[in-house]
Amino acid sequence: MTVNPSGWRPSSPVNEPGEQATVTGNRGLMLEEPLLFEIGDIETTGVDFEAGTASLETRLGGLERSRPIGLAGLSEPEAVRHYTRLSRQNYAIDLGLFPLGSCTMKHNPRLNEKVARLPGFADIHPLQPVDTVQGALELIDLVGHWLITLTGMHSVAMSPKAGAHGELCGLLAIRAALEARGDPRAVVLVPESAHGTNPATAAFAGYRVENIPANAAGRVDLDALKARLAPDVAAVMITNPNTCGLFEPDMTAISEAVHAAGALVYCDGANFNAIVGKVRPGDLGIDAMHINLHKTFSTPHGGGGPGSGPVVLSAALTPFAPLPFVEQQDGRFVLVEEETSGEHHGRSFGRMVAFHGQMGMFTRAAAYMMSHGADGLRQVAEDAVLNANYLLRSLDDVLDAPFGPSGPCMHEAIFSDRGFAEGFSTIDLAKALIDEGFHPMTMYFPLVVHGAMLVEPTETESKAALDQFILAMRSIAERAKAGDPGLKAAPIHAPRRRLDETLAARQPVLVYRDPEAAEAAE
Amino acid sequence: MRYLPLSDADRSQMLGVIGAGSVDELFRDVPEAARLKDGIQGLPNHASELAVERQLTALARKNLVAGEAPFFLGCGAYRHHVPASVDHIIQRGEFLTSYTPYQPEIAQGTLQVLFEFQTQVARLYGCEIANASMYDGSTACWEAIGMARRITRRSKAVLSSGLHPHYVNVARTMARFTGDVLDTALPELAAETDAGRLIASIDGDTSAVVVQYPDILGRIVDLSPIAEAAHAAGALLIAVVTEPVALGLVKSPGEMGADIVVGEGQSIGVGLQFGGPYVGLFACREKHVRQMPGRLAGETVDATGKRGFVLTLSTREQHIRREKATSNICTNSGLCALAFSVHTSLLGEKGLRRLAEINHARAVEVAERLSAIPGVSLVNDSFFNEFTLKLPVEARPAVRALADRGILGGVSLGRLYPGADSLQNGLVVAVTETVTDEGVDAFEAGLREVVR
Repeated sequence: MTVNPSGWRPSSPVNEPGEQATVTGNRGLMLEEPLLFEIGDIETTGVDFEAGTASLETRLGGLERSRPIGLAGLSEPEAVRHYTRLSRQNYAIDLGLFPLGSCTMKHNPRLNEKVARLPGFADIHPLQPVDTVQGALELIDLVGHWLITLTGMHSVAMSPKAGAHGELCGLLAIRAALEARGDPRAVVLVPESAHGTNPATAAFAGYRVENIPANAAGRVDLDALKARLAPDVAAVMITNPNTCGLFEPDMTAISEAVHAAGALVYCDGANFNAIVGKVRPGDLGIDAMHINLHKTFSTPHGGGGPGSGPVVLSAALTPFAPLPFVEQQDGRFVLVEEETSGEHHGRSFGRMVAFHGQMGMFTRAAAYMMSHGADGLRQVAEDAVLNANYLLRSLDDVLDAPFGPSGPCMHEAIFSDRGFAEGFSTIDLAKALIDEGFHPMTMYFPLVVHGAMLVEPTETESKAALDQFILAMRSIAERAKAGDPGLKAAPIHAPRRRLDETLAARQPVLVYRDPEAAEAAE
Repeated sequence: MRYLPLSDADRSQMLGVIGAGSVDELFRDVPEAARLKDGIQGLPNHASELAVERQLTALARKNLVAGEAPFFLGCGAYRHHVPASVDHIIQRGEFLTSYTPYQPEIAQGTLQVLFEFQTQVARLYGCEIANASMYDGSTACWEAIGMARRITRRSKAVLSSGLHPHYVNVARTMARFTGDVLDTALPELAAETDAGRLIASIDGDTSAVVVQYPDILGRIVDLSPIAEAAHAAGALLIAVVTEPVALGLVKSPGEMGADIVVGEGQSIGVGLQFGGPYVGLFACREKHVRQMPGRLAGETVDATGKRGFVLTLSTREQHIRREKATSNICTNSGLCALAFSVHTSLLGEKGLRRLAEINHARAVEVAERLSAIPGVSLVNDSFFNEFTLKLPVEARPAVRALADRGILGGVSLGRLYPGADSLQNGLVVAVTETVTDEGVDAFEAGLREVVR
């Protein structure tokens, strides 16, 4: 790694062709930023404290720290600048279309942020006496009520922390229910097109995972599924709409067949945005489904969480729901924790997490649901589906849309890299999209489509935004088909060119080492 | 409907391009019987921003706000002052509204923050490496137990009686399904921890010993003898830290031989938020990296040789390994990790140490005052900013009686250990820099009354 002329390690050894090299490595508003540990030191702090409490004798059990920690500090202006400069190296929904399929990157309303910061929600402790947090418990109950009503299910477990945690909640409830009937079973069936979390969750819950194939139309092969259903099958995990962006038209028949075989139906609700207000999963025979509040209900993704994954449950699974949960008793809200579990919730499979779930996400989701209301949420699904179909039909003449001929898609459109010139693939198109100012779509997922490009625009994109995206996509698709070598260099206008992921994995550097320490180690 | 940009004219123009007569035609795969003809019943229709804010503010007002009362609760969630700039940074749209950094060329901001976060966590915990966060401390603790099982190929974990009971119960829930055996015990209201029991329980089947530091009663135990005993038997030591501010003053668990250190990061940067979202911290030895759960940011170079960061070693993860992954975790707690990291870099080593000193000095002072109340005694010999009092009465009704006086006076062990008779008089009190002199006076006077 070359040190640039100003002495910082984040170097700029190669400038763009024809570009004048800069001393700092910066290029106008494209600002390089060193690591915290390269600009801060252990003597600097950006926090002032009240003048000293007299130092009393310590009661630390003789375990006083003797070595420095090595935590670099920054003054407040340096800290604000460090993180602001870093933030500018990120793409975000606030900047433009973010069509990551199955991720539902919709606009995050700022009202949500405002209400989540009301001291009555943000500054209360999870173990305060319940009489001092009645408003918080009422809010959890309110969000639960909306979710139950929107899905037509029987109850909801609010504590799971994200989608995959919700999947685990659903599968543990299923396993607890099967064990309670003395028939534990061993296998969970998962379609090939499922999110990776589905098989990972089933394995974590102690099940053996078997794939069920898709048919030529991109749906679950009902006959193959029926043929595999046997007394060893505990559950089938279905994503509906599925990861090809298609509704499973046989969903009711699937549920009936699964139930007839004594098994249960788990639905991955990641794609609920396509059907909210239009269809209730409870009417399709589903036993458990997680809802990603950070997808359908607009809580921010925050660069990788926090999420929230409440799980709606059928009447059959309700007795097995995890602790804790909120109930209304005699006009006040109570929190059913371990102590009352013996009385009327003795069959709960237990606790999944400390405290009561993602309160900060519940307040945001509540603000969103109340803002849209029943009529607005239905419009959300309709506009999300309309936008996706508009993209599908505006691009299916230049890109291969494997399921396009069979009819409309739901909230996301899928394309393949068929027809690209030899040596060109989805990643080349995706990286060129970055240069055009868009976040790429989901790439190479689901695995059932070659070089898959899964495009989910969401309902919060205007027609003008979609039209600009279409223009860029059409241009890049033509270049990929023509084998334009320029695509291989993309992105050239982003803060970084393509990064060497192989090097990162072969010689993992996961923490910063001070140059002296690094030299000493070599 | 302010979040929906399409106009009716747009919609009909787009339907024309699609070749559909109506939006409902696009839903043709949905079975006729399942389609809601009249929409969802039983929920209100859309509302203005003003109306929603009014309604939610009314709900928020029904809660007793920690900052408006004498406040002494801890037990896994701590109230510290968070600098205003932390909340400003995490509300920058480029951080708030970005996704998991799957496209590293346009996610260097998030990736560099995660790399810096990993470094901060590793140093704070005294470990070689750390991951990019877990959901919270309790799930990080369970994941650590699973990781120890994979490393040692053994499945008996010995849990300290000083481990947060919610963490124990999460582990219990998961163990029921994975077949792990957990050796657990109830804590005793005594200065002595159960280090002796832990060491005696380690055998050839033991995957890990799990010890909280400081523990649920606030006691601080030397981890070195436990680490030695575990290592001698081929087992690992997992240390759990629910109050990271303590590490500004006391030795890190890694320094004392812990192999995996996990914990809750909430108390730095995140705030109380009624229990979530929080941020799980997870650190370990470099040689165990391939058994680690969760995302990892790593350093690399781009095509022109510039330093950059990517998510790496993803062959451990669910989206690649599916049912063979080390964990099913996907979305974790990125924005809370950012808050933790910003607050930690504002504090720096010097500020964290000073913050820890203030917390400890205040706690020592309050412990002395409260334990001077007739009938009230201090259980701990050692503590950081949290200690346990033994009251002459049951603590749970005492806490409620204090709340009736507007005082949030600690966590009763009766709430955490319902049915455990020996613990019902225990009250866990946390004292941070946010406690005021008036608050301490009010608490002392109130406690005098309710234990009388």
